[in-house]
Amino acid sequence: MATSRHSNVLPGFNLALGYTLVYLSLIVLIPLAAVFIKSTSLSAAEFWNVVTAPRVVASYKISFGLSLLAAAINVVFGLMLAWALVRYSFPGKKLVDALVDLPFALPTAVTGIALTAIYAGNGWLGKPLEAIGLKVAYSPPGILVALIFIGLPFVVRTVQPILEDLDTELEEAAASLGARRWQTFRRVVLPILLPALLTGFALAFARAVGEYGSVIFIAGNMPFVSEITPLMIITKLEQYDYVGATAIAAVMLVLSFFLLLVINLLQAWTARRTGRNR
Amino acid sequence: MDGQTHREEPLMAGAVAVFRGREDHARRFESRAALREAPWVKALVLFLSLTFFAFFLLLPLAAVFVEAFRKGMEAYWAAISEPDALSSIKLTLIAAAISVPLNLVFGVAAAWCIAKFEFRGKQFLTTLIDLPFSVSPVIAGLVFVLVFGTHQGWMGAWLQAHDLRIVFAVPGIVLATIFVTFPFIARELIPLMQSQGREEEEAAVVLGANGWQIFFRVTLPNIKWGLLYGVILCNARAMGEFGAVSVVSGHIRGQTNTVPLHVEILYNEYNFSASFAVASLLALLALVTLAIKTWVEWKAGEARSASAGSAQPAPEPTGTSS
Repeated sequence: MATSRHSNVLPGFNLALGYTLVYLSLIVLIPLAAVFIKSTSLSAAEFWNVVTAPRVVASYKISFGLSLLAAAINVVFGLMLAWALVRYSFPGKKLVDALVDLPFALPTAVTGIALTAIYAGNGWLGKPLEAIGLKVAYSPPGILVALIFIGLPFVVRTVQPILEDLDTELEEAAASLGARRWQTFRRVVLPILLPALLTGFALAFARAVGEYGSVIFIAGNMPFVSEITPLMIITKLEQYDYVGATAIAAVMLVLSFFLLLVINLLQAWTARRTGRNR
Repeated sequence: MDGQTHREEPLMAGAVAVFRGREDHARRFESRAALREAPWVKALVLFLSLTFFAFFLLLPLAAVFVEAFRKGMEAYWAAISEPDALSSIKLTLIAAAISVPLNLVFGVAAAWCIAKFEFRGKQFLTTLIDLPFSVSPVIAGLVFVLVFGTHQGWMGAWLQAHDLRIVFAVPGIVLATIFVTFPFIARELIPLMQSQGREEEEAAVVLGANGWQIFFRVTLPNIKWGLLYGVILCNARAMGEFGAVSVVSGHIRGQTNTVPLHVEILYNEYNFSASFAVASLLALLALVTLAIKTWVEWKAGEARSASAGSAQPAPEPTGTSS
């Protein structure tokens, strides 16, 4: 958008920007600052002790490990689903396309109890899975299932528009030069999709790390085994350990800011790679 | 701008369902040999992706309704019409009725200054608006406990002296809801208004319109579908939020329980079918949200293709408001 700075005649800039900044500060910035200010009531050593306590470290491993795994699974199946939605016709496609956003629309508590019902020992899938020795509900695989559910649309909806706008001439050129379909996909299509796939991965991961509602019902919440980091914050709060809860929250917030930065960079890269301008 | 230009994709982190029209591209690909996969590859991709879709998305949705009606219609009706359920519905409606309009006004103001003006730090401001998306809902609740909590909060002593209660009461629930739904409408409107430029508004200024006239007569008709899209997504999240609200709610039945919290309480009391009955209301809300969303995308696509035919560079609303 070539908009020049000097000739803007539209009214309302000061009012709109002023209102935006005040509202943003009151609702988001000042409350978030409270986390960091509260954390400073701990000395550095105390802070370190809280955020590296064995039970807390175990929760990081569970949260981050399973979130990474879920995001990776979503990249694979999300790409396939986006590919099918863009490139193939099949019955019920419009319905599938609309329902991909279900995890955005379905409240997390509903997701949590529904998944638990399905994967519990007497559930539709829990029963056959436990028969072959795989316990899903009330154990880490259950957390994984919930994180896959909430992360899927991030990948599909990031990749889908790029696939739709993909210039088909490149693929046709590759085919005419004798590339096989798989080679074309790997050497031509995948590199173009890579930034979008990574963005989708980062978005799904960021959401999964902070997820609470859909996980706590199915997780079993056993310390050192299936306790996620957001639950650690809740546990500390319930013990009136506000400072401890805040310290863990500060660690998670720093990670969130970092992920936000990474996602911004990835989206800028996507824009460059696909030839879109800001 | 040429008629078939790419829609600008928003450069915002946390990209969730971003508003755009939908069209079917499959025919374009399936008609050309160079763009087709071998039939078995296509069959395999379809099988794997749709099986995954069915197991991970459809099955949980089906489970909600099956479990909800497990004990029959009467039990279902009893569960959703008992006083505690009704008061939780009332509280959820109140929280959404306050948070959605506030975030709507904010979204319009933010989009107006970001999309129509140039200023330093614009990209940074856009990123800050997205911040609540990347913050865990638990932390979204915690921050308000730290500010307004009775014992530990910054304003706790003052609030107590004035006999005011925010955390573990309704105001806290509303604040947490506003926080988690904060970016929804802004992030739909910013890219949409950026892609529309400001020529039309400038023309209105030249013709002597004042600010509000410009907004209501020129801008609003152009952004109405994006606005509606943002509002329904914002509303769905506002009514369904669990984590943030759970931290600031006192979990007092009939007083500080929203619908998702009521679902949790019933579930933890092993009252499963009642829990699923109430949950099915939320699932229904989700389905209605998706239906409206799909309809809006369809309407927006229609409005766009209608305007793409005209020589006007920017879309003129052509009777789609009727």
